[in-house]
Parts: sequence; C-alpha cells; structure tokens
Amino acid sequence: MILENTLDDRPEGSDGADQMGHLVTGELDLSHGVALYLEDITVSFDGFKALNNLNLAINAGELRCIIGPNGAGKTTMMDVITGKTRPDSGKAFFGQSIDLTRLTEPEIAHVGIGRKFQKPTIFEQHTVFENLELAMKTDKRVWKSLMAWLAGDERDRIAETLRLIRLDKEADRQAGLLSHGQKQWLEIGMLLMQEPKLLLLDEPVAGMTDDETMRTAELFVSLAGKHSLVVVEHDMAFVEKLGGLVTVLHEGSVLAEGDLATVQNDQRVIEVYLGR
Amino acid sequence: MHKPLTLRILSSLDGKSWAALGAFLALALLVVPVLNLGTAEDSAFHISAYAITLIGKIMCYALVAIAMDLIWGYGGILSLGHGLFFALGGYAFGMYLMRQIGRDGSYGADIPDFMVFLDWKEIPWFWSGSDSFGWVALLVVLVPALVAFVFGYFAFRSRIKGVYFSIITQALTYAAMLLFFRNETGFGGNNGFTDFKRVLGHTITSPETRLVLFGLTALFLAATLIFAAWLVKSKFGRVLTAIRDAESRVMFIGYNPLWYKLTIWVISAVICGIAGALYVPQVGIINPSEMSPANSIEIAIWVAVGGRGTLIGPIIGAFVVNLAKSWFTVSFPEYWLFFLGLLFIVVTLMLPQGLVGLWKKLQEKNASRKGTAA
Ligand SMILES: Nc1ncnc2c1ncn2[C@@H]1O[C@H](COP(=O)(O)OP(=O)(O)OP(=O)(O)O)[C@@H](O)[C@H]1O
Ligand SMILES: [Mg+2]
Repeated sequence: MILENTLDDRPEGSDGADQMGHLVTGELDLSHGVALYLEDITVSFDGFKALNNLNLAINAGELRCIIGPNGAGKTTMMDVITGKTRPDSGKAFFGQSIDLTRLTEPEIAHVGIGRKFQKPTIFEQHTVFENLELAMKTDKRVWKSLMAWLAGDERDRIAETLRLIRLDKEADRQAGLLSHGQKQWLEIGMLLMQEPKLLLLDEPVAGMTDDETMRTAELFVSLAGKHSLVVVEHDMAFVEKLGGLVTVLHEGSVLAEGDLATVQNDQRVIEVYLGR
Repeated sequence: MHKPLTLRILSSLDGKSWAALGAFLALALLVVPVLNLGTAEDSAFHISAYAITLIGKIMCYALVAIAMDLIWGYGGILSLGHGLFFALGGYAFGMYLMRQIGRDGSYGADIPDFMVFLDWKEIPWFWSGSDSFGWVALLVVLVPALVAFVFGYFAFRSRIKGVYFSIITQALTYAAMLLFFRNETGFGGNNGFTDFKRVLGHTITSPETRLVLFGLTALFLAATLIFAAWLVKSKFGRVLTAIRDAESRVMFIGYNPLWYKLTIWVISAVICGIAGALYVPQVGIINPSEMSPANSIEIAIWVAVGGRGTLIGPIIGAFVVNLAKSWFTVSFPEYWLFFLGLLFIVVTLMLPQGLVGLWKKLQEKNASRKGTAA
C-alpha cells in the first residue's frame, strides 16, 4: 500500500492484527520521574516574545496548574509541547528521550500526549459516539481506517467513557447540538479515549456550571497518578479544588511556583494580577 | 467480531438504494438496447442514437461529479482542476483509438495523421505501447493517479488549503492545457484526437459498439457509486469529514491528514481518468478544451446544484445541468453561460444543500404537516 503513513512509532492496532513491522523509536522513558521537561523555550511572533526562556518540569503522575493573565503564553506553551508551534530555541522533552521539537502533531499524539483546546474542538457533524470512536487509541493509518470495524471490547470502552462524561444518553446525537459544557466534556472524553500519558487541558471548565466544574475537578484528581496532567485555568475555585503545584506564567516566563496559597500571597503575582 | 468486507459493502447502501440501482442497470443494460435496436425509428418507443450518446456522455460527467464530491463534499477540498484528470484518461484512451485507425487515415500511414503532419517518422517513446488495449487501460488509471499523487503530496504536505489549493489546481490544469495545445508535444495540438474508426477492432460508430460503451459506462457508474458509499461510510470516511470540519483536532488525536487527503485525492483523480476514457469513444473527440478553466468550474457547479456531501446529489446535478445545457445550446446557445452563472448564484444563496437538500426540506415539511393534521 503506497499510501501508508510512514510513522513507525505508533502503538499496535487494538485488534492485534498488526504485530509486525513496528519499530518503536521513541519509547517513553519515565525512569527519572520527569514526564515533561521544557528548558529555555523561546517563541517569538514578529519580534514579540510570547515565550521567553520558559523552564518547566512536570513529574510523572503530577497534576500541575498553570495560571497567568491573558496573553501570558499559556496556550503558546501547549502549542510548543504538541508540535503546533516550533520554538525558536530551547528544549522540549517528553520523558527522558523523546524530543518533542522534532515530531509532528500526530506523532506527538502517538507517543502519548493528548490536548484539549481552549475553544472546545470536537467534530460537530459527527455523533458523540463517533467523536469518541475517532479519538480511540488504535492504528490510525489510512489502510487501517479503511478496513476498521469496531470490536466488542472497543464498543465497551466507548460506552464506559460515555458514562464517565455523562453523555451516554446523547451517544447518537450530533455533537454540534450539545451545550457548551457538554462539548467540553466530550472533548475530555476524546482525550481519555486516546489513553495519553500526559494530558494538556487548556481552560477545561470554561462555560461549565459550578456543579459540572466540581465534577471535572474530581475526574482530574482521579486521573492524576496514572497520568500526568497540565491544567490551564483562570477559575481559582477550580484550581484550589485540584490541589497540587501551581505555576504562574507572566510575559512568557515563570513568575512563581508553589502551592496555591503561597503563590497567591507572592507580591509579584499580586502586582501582575492587579496591574492588569 | 469482524464483519466480512463484502457484507460491509452490501450494508453501505440501504434496500431502497439497491433496488433503485438494480432498476437503473436493468434500464441501461436491457431496456435501452431493446428500444434502440428493436424498434422502428419512427416509433414512439424508439431511443435514438443521439439520446444514447447524450446520456452516455452525461453518465461520464456524473462519474466526474462523484469524484469531485468525494474530495470537495466529503474532504472539504475544492479542486478546480478535475478537468485535467478527466483529460488525461481521455487522451490516453484517445491515443489507443488513434492507433486503431491503422492505415485508414488520410495519409494512409502507420502513424496517426497529426504525426505525419509534424513530419515524424515513428511513434514517440511516451506513446509506445499505445496500440495495446491493456497497456492503455493501465495508463488511464496510472497517469491520473501519478500526477495526482505527486501534486497532492507536495500541496498537502505544505498544508496548502482552501482557495489557495483551488487556484493552484486551476493553474496546473491551465498549464497542462497550454502544453497539450502545442503541436510538437505529441497530443495532436488544437484538434486533439478525433476521426476514430474502431475500438478493439469493432466499428466505433456501429449501434452495437455504442450500446456496449453505454452499458459499460452505466456499470462503472453503479460500481463507483457502491464504492463511494462504502468509502464514506467507513471509518476512513468519518476521518475525512472530520478533517474537513476540524483538521487540527484530527492531527492532535493522532491522524496524519496528509495521507487521508492524498488517498481520496488520488481515488478521485482515477475515477475522473476512467470517466474520460469512457467519454472519448462515445463522443468521438478529445481536445485541450477539456482542460479549460471553465470546464473544471462547471464540474463544481454540477456538484453544488445536486448537493454536495451526498452521493446521489452530484449525479442529479450532472444530469440536470447537462440536460439543460444540451437544450440551451440548441435553442439559445448565446444564453447558456448566463444561465449557468445565474444557476450557480441561486444555488449558492438559496440552496446551500443543493437539490437534494431542497427535496429533504420539502419532505420534512410534508411530514410535519401530516403530523399536525393527525
Ligand atoms: N500565531 C500568533 N501570532 C502572533 N501572536 C501570537 C500568536 N499566538 C499567540 N500570540 C501572542 O502571544 C501572546 C501569548 O498568547 P497565548 O495565547 O499563549 O496567551 P494565553 O496565556 O493562552 O492567554 P489567554 O489566557 O487569553 O488564553 C499573546 O500576546 C498573543 O497575542
Ligand atoms: Mg490561552
């Protein structure tokens, strides 16, 4: 098949039909306890530095919150991690050995980084079920998609995720018809179907009710440990509920880091937020 | 449990569609031949050679429309260069038909007349083997596939999208047209290939040959429709429409859009190439005007009129627009382009889902009226 994708480092198809011919080039290596490592990352847009010597290390299993005023560079940081934006300089490593600056977006997805966008992006014309089906971890090359047929255990996994994100009643509805909060949940569900090691969540609870927000917090806390999570949020009640370390970004670099109370009492952080 | 592929293909159309397809094939393969050969010319039931050629030609256009819909309606990529792939298939098969003329040309030479005119002594290297039906049949598929693959690979890899992609396809087709116009490039220049005499040794204008070509076109149209239905209902089809609607999301869940776009692009080009090869023996000519910008734009109009993103839509669009065209060009030839432009504007503004969308809306209205009456 000439139209096959040339990526070598993807996981086996879940049907087990594809046991051969897969070189695993960049195996995720968490042996030193670090899941994500950014060093001196700089990104400039027409001379403006959206990220300026940014340093960040996320431990395996950690739940980290990133806060910071608008334009601080939070989304740009996620763009760098997921291969959407190439840094002008600096290093970005996933585990010990995977150099993220050299992989494409789909390759980064395959090594185990999932991303939720700031603006919910789901497939509006597809049903809720199909959205999860497309996201599911499997061999994603053309030929496999042409021949794909959902196996029973795959249906079970989708059903399980549907229950988790409380959309089981909406499974056959067109995703574009969901409420904003439900779309956020669906995108989180798609992320879970990918079974990523590291989840990047950009303002995941924007547009959710308080109740939905708290349930999301519970879900994220339950995911930590097995997964590493990086959550960008403005909602401080939500951040508080998540616990964990908080990193404050300002003008493209880290301004402060610590637990929420420490950070909130930091004089420079107060200035940045008040001076806005 | 894996459902066998044949079963999946069977289930990609519903019962009604299979019945309609069966009726269409019965009509094309049985009824039309009987009414053409078996009735007197003045009989009310007689189907004329003109009608058969016209419908055969429009079926070729319908194939092109399906091909366009796969890439545009489902893939969200508007090509304004599908005339090129159609012409490539047409020229490849046209050359075979030129070789079939043998020594019956005006110069009585072993090589086609236009080559004699150019003072060539033998068939140029790139046309060697063009007297073999098998080789030419292969060219009909491989040449559009190769051109589409190379062009598509670079365009999609550079993430060229939207109107830029459309313009580049148009430019490519225009450049090809200029190339084919030139006498010395070996494609018959202005006149292209025409005055065919035989196909596989049979007289090309005989009623039987005409009916066979007509039947083959109908069969290929049916097969393409089934294939396309399977394709868009497969997971591949869902990924394709997902790329159309939110490409970055598709990338971040681990699909590489490049290969998906390239696959549908090449499939689309090959369907066009085969359509071109079926078109040339029925119409009796292929020349560079098939690659004119207007032709490729017209293809997009067929699809828009019928309803893109549906499979029956493009077929309906190709028939409606081309039947209207053949009526206009007889009755008011000077007004055809005005009408076409008007049609496009009306459809774009008022019927974004095309005729199929209109039909669905009317049905819904009917259903709701019945609902309130009950
Ligand atoms: N593609 C781009 N071209 C030019 N400037 C950009 C681009 N992307 C981001 N920027 C700029 O970089 C800065 C950082 O943007 P970014 O979106 O990362 O901020 P953020 O911290 O996510 O803000 P918010 O809280 O509003 O989402 C902003 O000033 C933004 O205008
Ligand atoms: Mg942002």
